[in-house]
Amino acid sequence: MSNVRVLVGTRKGAFILTADGKRKKWKVSGPHFAGWEVYHMKGSPVDPNRLYASQVSGWFGQIIQRSDDGGKTWYQPGTPPDEPLTTPDGMPKGESNKFVYDTSPETGKPLTTHCWYDGTQHPWEFKRVWHLEPSLTDPDTIYAGAEDAALFRTTDGGQTWHELAGLRGHSSGPQWAPGAGGMCLHTILIDPGDPDRIFIAISAAGTFRTDDGGKTWKAINRGLSSLYIPDPNAEVGHCVHRITMHPSRPGVLFMQKHWDVMRSDDSGESWYEVSGNLPTDFGFPIDVHTHEPETVYVVPIKSDSEHYPPDGKLRVFRSRSGGNEWEGLTKGLPQKDCYVNVLRDAMAVDSLDPCGVYFGTTGGQVYGSADAGDSWTPIVRDLPAVLSVEVQVVS
Amino acid sequence: MIRVALPVHLRTLARVSGDVTLDIDGPVTQRSVLDALEARYPMLRGTIRDHVTHKRRAFIRFFACEQDLSNESPDAPLPDAVAKGAEPYLIVGAMAGG
Repeated sequence: MSNVRVLVGTRKGAFILTADGKRKKWKVSGPHFAGWEVYHMKGSPVDPNRLYASQVSGWFGQIIQRSDDGGKTWYQPGTPPDEPLTTPDGMPKGESNKFVYDTSPETGKPLTTHCWYDGTQHPWEFKRVWHLEPSLTDPDTIYAGAEDAALFRTTDGGQTWHELAGLRGHSSGPQWAPGAGGMCLHTILIDPGDPDRIFIAISAAGTFRTDDGGKTWKAINRGLSSLYIPDPNAEVGHCVHRITMHPSRPGVLFMQKHWDVMRSDDSGESWYEVSGNLPTDFGFPIDVHTHEPETVYVVPIKSDSEHYPPDGKLRVFRSRSGGNEWEGLTKGLPQKDCYVNVLRDAMAVDSLDPCGVYFGTTGGQVYGSADAGDSWTPIVRDLPAVLSVEVQVVS
Repeated sequence: MIRVALPVHLRTLARVSGDVTLDIDGPVTQRSVLDALEARYPMLRGTIRDHVTHKRRAFIRFFACEQDLSNESPDAPLPDAVAKGAEPYLIVGAMAGG
């Protein structure tokens, strides 16, 4: 029988929630990396017991952790337990937390500064890894989305990281500016049919696509309109909160923008709004049902200045028509006095049938639905604020 | 032999308990102590000093013999008591909330 493993990153450590395929009784392990922020954890689709975690501290910076046994034990890549920490000639075996921006002349010109809050140019400074996206075919290859916005890749299981600097080399790079949460590259989508095609999203620059494995990038923001920026229809400058796709239709993208839920049917070349009857179209996460490419989930949040659900009612909204027509899902969710937020990476779907849906809140609850959102139960209620949720189905 | 006291999170990363001891050839300075520490425990690289510039991270402080050495020259000699191992060199997470 299949088992389900939910990977939860929080402000004060990581937690792993496990259950059998019925998804009724859950075991909780953690905190792993207690006291540290864990922005994201994700497993390799090729080797589900290979997990990677982004562990962050304001004091000690960035750490990358890796598990080869489904999260039972962890180590920093390059320094596995019981192995020497250095090579025979005394050199460190890995530099798994070294994220250095590429400024070599070969990678282009505008790699050194971006737009700061006051309109001046500001140096790129590494702060943290927001998102880790394992390759669909190689467990040793992972992409990392960083703040300040950049894309890094490892091909040796996380021991060393190198920037795909063509992204920052995009002609619009000097115009990119941080949002309130920092200038973060938070979403990485790999086309299942073409590993050289990758979509990424940056707050507050927008969405970009590469068709050559990360050498060159195209801004794909046509159709987005953001009223609070100088040119509402600018090529870049949009605060994209999250994008998602169904693996069977990688050309169809869904987006939760700062305001507006958007859809593209042409790989991001153009977007149109599908907010429809949502009570508010502000929000952070967006996800697609595993078996129904037109079924989409969002969690509406009142506004950009009031980061909690409208009317104190926590509701997931589901569209079965690819957007525009949305139904509120409330069974099992608090419908009064609820003022939590659901962050952009804190929702995931499993591959079982019926599709399981999971999300975590800034109040420390992780809710799960084993019936595609029709009903919900809290798996845990009192974790630290949840930053990210991923789910795996393992045998 | 130099004694170095690490904050608890760095002890966890380095998989050590208690003070770390280091042998240092040549002058005992903050730079030589941190170089030796990172050579012995490479998983600590980047957690105390920047990987490239070797500048102290903003919320890390260095103390020894009740003196705050955080902003002293990294090449200044450390107190004799530290060089002789009588007193530890303290690496501390700054009081910064969170």
